[in-house]
Amino acid sequence: MNGYENFVPMRLGRAIDRDSLKDASIDDFREAIVDSVEAGYRVAALFAAPAAGEAGVDLYAVLADASRSLLHVGKTRIEDGAYPSMTPEIPCVHLFEREIAEQYAIRPDGHPWFKPVRFHASYAPGRDAWGRDPDEKPIAGDIDFFRVEGDEIHEVAVGPIHAGVIEPGHFRFQCHGENVFHLEISLGYQHRGIERSLIGGPTKRTIHAIEAAAGDTTIGHATAYCQAVEALGGSRVPGRAEVLRGIALELERLANHVGDLGALAGDVGFLPTASFCGRLRGDFLNLTALLCGSRFGRGLVRPGGVAFDFDQERIASFKQRLASAFTDVTTAVELLWNSSSVQARFEETGVLTKENCLALGIVGPAARASGVDIDARVDFPSGVFRFTQIPISTAKTGDVFARAFVRWLEIQRSMKFIQEQLNALPEGSIRTAAAPPRPNRLALAIVEAWRGMICHVALTDQEGKFARYKMIDPSFYNWIGLAIAMREGAISDFPLCNKSFNLSYCGHDL
Amino acid sequence: MHAIVHNLIHIAVVLIAPPLLVGVINKVKAFFAGRTGPPLLQPYYDIIKLFQKGSVISETTTWVFLAGPPIALSTAILVSLLIPAAGSAAPISFEGDLILAAYLLGLGRFFTALAAMDTGSSFEGMGASREVTFACLAEPAFFLGLATTAKLTGSLSLSGMFGPELASHWSSAGASLALVFVGWFIVALAENSRIPFDDPNTHLELTMIHEVMVLDHGGPALGMILYGASIKLFVFAALLVRLATPIATRLPIVDWLIFGVGILGVAALIGVIESATARLRLSHIPVLLVAACLLCGFGLILLAR
Repeated sequence: MNGYENFVPMRLGRAIDRDSLKDASIDDFREAIVDSVEAGYRVAALFAAPAAGEAGVDLYAVLADASRSLLHVGKTRIEDGAYPSMTPEIPCVHLFEREIAEQYAIRPDGHPWFKPVRFHASYAPGRDAWGRDPDEKPIAGDIDFFRVEGDEIHEVAVGPIHAGVIEPGHFRFQCHGENVFHLEISLGYQHRGIERSLIGGPTKRTIHAIEAAAGDTTIGHATAYCQAVEALGGSRVPGRAEVLRGIALELERLANHVGDLGALAGDVGFLPTASFCGRLRGDFLNLTALLCGSRFGRGLVRPGGVAFDFDQERIASFKQRLASAFTDVTTAVELLWNSSSVQARFEETGVLTKENCLALGIVGPAARASGVDIDARVDFPSGVFRFTQIPISTAKTGDVFARAFVRWLEIQRSMKFIQEQLNALPEGSIRTAAAPPRPNRLALAIVEAWRGMICHVALTDQEGKFARYKMIDPSFYNWIGLAIAMREGAISDFPLCNKSFNLSYCGHDL
Repeated sequence: MHAIVHNLIHIAVVLIAPPLLVGVINKVKAFFAGRTGPPLLQPYYDIIKLFQKGSVISETTTWVFLAGPPIALSTAILVSLLIPAAGSAAPISFEGDLILAAYLLGLGRFFTALAAMDTGSSFEGMGASREVTFACLAEPAFFLGLATTAKLTGSLSLSGMFGPELASHWSSAGASLALVFVGWFIVALAENSRIPFDDPNTHLELTMIHEVMVLDHGGPALGMILYGASIKLFVFAALLVRLATPIATRLPIVDWLIFGVGILGVAALIGVIESATARLRLSHIPVLLVAACLLCGFGLILLAR
């Protein structure tokens, strides 16, 4: 592969010197990415950062080779504010390229769907990739939506304000009767500027901003952040803390998956599972609270380890409550699989094919439901997952049923994992003093959160402060999957299909 | 004298009792879900609350939007006066009143759909289109059922068709009547937007059928719609009860008791169905409605042997 020699192989947990990254020419950089994606690699991250002390912007790419658990990082310098887009060849980078354009006003020439992502002013003062007035604040949703024309075509606009207590997002359907020809999703209403606020960190606030990036993935993002910071500083985490982080991560998965199965049942009007799972999600959240005092795991994961320990008494109570919650979940969820009326709704609804999953770079349960066997806990193990293995749960059909069933498989496996880990909890301390980040380093962190792969990339400057902190929530990879799954589907199935992906708006908008 | 008392009771019952059915359904559903559920009388509180509220009306709407709810309510009330409740005839009864009843329901639906389209909202247009499409399939089932009882009793008045005369036919044409009962039960679920056709509790506009048509109504207008919907539910429940138990004892109080228990039984049955099944996929709804047509049609064919 041409241009590939400038990519530096990396493993998780070790930072590299930024000077060891040589600039590839844009052509070599492009070719390396396109070739490696065609060879089965995944683009874990593609982002821009201001070039140190000079004009221009650096583009960084993180390529993930799951078969060898190896990550490759490469960079190139863009000086003239534009480069030939890669999206026409590899669609999985479409949103990354739009994001780069929005943040640093770098235009991907030839991008087929060139629209803003989060509707904020560019980080580069006075410049804008779309030629909008740089002094005016962009308005979220202010784009030309794709339109299908015709006598019998009608357009349905949903949101950003929705019925029920959910986050804002705009959905634009092009319909023919009840049939959806096209769905366009426009987000950005939850943009808080988290990535930008992290520059110059880490500060006291940093960990809180990370935890709040997507509230339902607090443990996932906090773990990724801590791993990145620990790699930057070269600190080691005690074994007991690694295990507790793993347990918290799986508890987060349990709570959310159980809640999702309940919500899926609710969307098809199947009351028993809906109401029981709604309560049981609370039981799992309460178990997280037993561990650290917060139902969503705020304040648990900290650089150097975890902030709260388990004593014997609490472990006993935890095990007992976990077992009884799991018994209840089993009863409630079995009902779902045994009701033909439910299965009739789930099956063949919102099918996402394996080819589309791979082409679009879908992650997490959504990808596994389409038969793509990716799971960062196995492919890029970190923390406790280096010593224990959770089987990858996959299904084949790629429909709502598959996405629900993969969740159920994962619930059972996470359950087993937590029980095993509790029985073999290592002794020792739970936290070491995390060394401050070393200057001029680049570190990666990859964590399989409940929605899928989280990727964090931290770059430090000469003083050891964050020159750039890139965080990618699994929702960022997956929103397009929902839009594609809706094609040729019924518009009345959208809420169900949406719930089966259950993506985060704030995790995407940051 | 006796008839006047009966009619007054009838009017009082059809005006007061309907929201209770909704309360019963909700209680049954809550029981199955392991919850306490809202109070039995919550639908009354809701309707009273709504009538005390003001409402915001979109500037793009016309008089049609305002006319929808009162017409839906008044047609429902009129129909409720045409159906026989307990034992004796309905307050209003004449040969051919079944046609009036069916088309009064149709008129109510027509104006509800028109009021929905008047808002110009894409949701409401979608709801109106769904409602009307499914009504096209529910109405034949309803009429085929009516034809069956009309043929059996030789009467063209609802009071006659569901009067004591029908009871004697359960022994000879029980199969027909049972088929009609099942077919009508399906129609009742569809007409009253219950699961598996529609989910009255959902907040998801894209999946709604009936509820989405009334999204823009608020305050007293919404109160009228909810009240009218509960009366419509009562009417269908009453027809089912009269179809199953078309008896008249000599004691009106016993008749009313049987009727009341029957009505509550229908409500409880709806609650059980809603608790145990999921909603149908929208594209499968016509299949179930056609099945209802076939059931009622087969009931009629059995009579023509």
